[in-house]
Amino acid sequence: MNSELRYAYYPGCSGLSTSKDYEISTRAVCRALGITLKEVPDWSCCGSTPAHTVDHVFSAALSARNLALVEQEGLQTVITPCPSCLTNLKVAAHRMCEESFRNEVNRHLEQACQNSIRVKSVLQVLVEDVGLQALQDRVMKPLTGLKVAPYYGCIMNRPPDIMDFDDPENPVAMDHILKALGSEVLPFPLKVECCGASYGVARKDVVMHLSGKLLSLAESLGAEAIVTACPLCQMNLDLRQDQINKTLGTSFRIPVFYYTQLMGLALGLDKEDLLLDKLTIDPEPALEKMRQAEAEARSEEV
Amino acid sequence: MDVVKLDAGYDQAFVDAVAEESGQDPYLCYQCGNCTAGCPYTFVYDLPVHQIMRLLQAGQKEKILKSRSLWLCATCESCTTRCPNEIDVARIMDVLRHMARREGHVTEKQVKQFADSFLNSVKKHGRVFEFGTLVKYITRSGRIWTDYDLGPKVMRKGKIAARPHDIKGKEEVARIFRSVFGEANDEF
Ligand code: SF4
Ligand code: SF4
Repeated sequence: MNSELRYAYYPGCSGLSTSKDYEISTRAVCRALGITLKEVPDWSCCGSTPAHTVDHVFSAALSARNLALVEQEGLQTVITPCPSCLTNLKVAAHRMCEESFRNEVNRHLEQACQNSIRVKSVLQVLVEDVGLQALQDRVMKPLTGLKVAPYYGCIMNRPPDIMDFDDPENPVAMDHILKALGSEVLPFPLKVECCGASYGVARKDVVMHLSGKLLSLAESLGAEAIVTACPLCQMNLDLRQDQINKTLGTSFRIPVFYYTQLMGLALGLDKEDLLLDKLTIDPEPALEKMRQAEAEARSEEV
Repeated sequence: MDVVKLDAGYDQAFVDAVAEESGQDPYLCYQCGNCTAGCPYTFVYDLPVHQIMRLLQAGQKEKILKSRSLWLCATCESCTTRCPNEIDVARIMDVLRHMARREGHVTEKQVKQFADSFLNSVKKHGRVFEFGTLVKYITRSGRIWTDYDLGPKVMRKGKIAARPHDIKGKEEVARIFRSVFGEANDEF
């Protein structure tokens, strides 16, 4: 394992609210694996989707304020768990490589951004800088037999020339992590298909249809859980699962974990570090089934 | 079927502006349909994305800027990823939406109201305050909250922060808004 695992850390707004479980479990997993996170001091919102749908310089300026703060901390890399923040920060950095664009952005900032910071996802750091072997060596309670559908969402790896990590059509980073944790990873053909994004409020029908499709596929594959890396995906699939059932006449009851929660479980972290009680669909039946199967397998061995 | 005459109404200035603002050349598109094949939103679009590309080549400004599709695109980046001619189609969709907004063509009012409420929250607190965003959206759109059934779930689990997290630099963030959109802008 690399000894210098120190990064600036950008939590993103949803981590303070609807995805607190992702935020807490991300920090706990990083701590357990020897990653030091230096939270960007007084970070502000990246503007998410609303900002870039209004104006590109504006959107980049909201991100660049944060990149400038990282520069002042003297760190080279900032990492974030949220794909939406990741996209905004990366797109801003990518576009600011063009001098005229960077100057235009800096006109709106009090602290100019030099655009010297690398932006990565926490997932990328776990796979590339910590490494799967090191992770596997730390597993104390393998998730043997748990059948999971890894769902990446649409923007984690796309477009590839900007995101610059994993495969844009068939990403595997989370698959590999989940395998290292001992779970059974199902092939999930809709792993990069959109869940309905932030249309849950303004156009609920869109989320019902798109997230409904994902749940339906997961169920037909026999998945006992869906695993995500995105606060919005998690919310659409978990919090809105009952709405989807009502709308589509289905009866899905599939727990939707953040991958960091499953990592935490396998690493034997405390309950307070996982916040599994935040999940709307109770994950206990799936976890209990896994434990029982394991206990049986062990008694057969004896 | 709605037939659009592509040989009339060509608006050169419009095509140039889209090319300039997006940094893309719309004429590289040869209508293979890959973008639409992978677009998860075609089922709610009035114009599929490859048709928007064709209409753009033909300079059909009105037809495009009044399209609902612009407001329903989720920037999922599927089209951009799969375009064989390396056109950043999602960026073009974004730029078209910027133009539609500037020219007052809002075909999905609630989508705009939600985005505006979100940005209003960022301007006020420096970070988005999800609960406040919802309240603002409900007030602005005059809609009854269609998610009332989520209320108990969200509250019981403490899934949404009840108080905003104001940052020290919130004025600095508000100044970015004013610097880009002008002092008088009250959209956000
Ligand atoms: S994928 Fe590219 S070339 Fe094909 S229709 Fe869409 S924009 Fe045109
Ligand atoms: S970015 Fe927009 S137009 Fe392109 S595939 Fe996604 S939803 Fe469709």
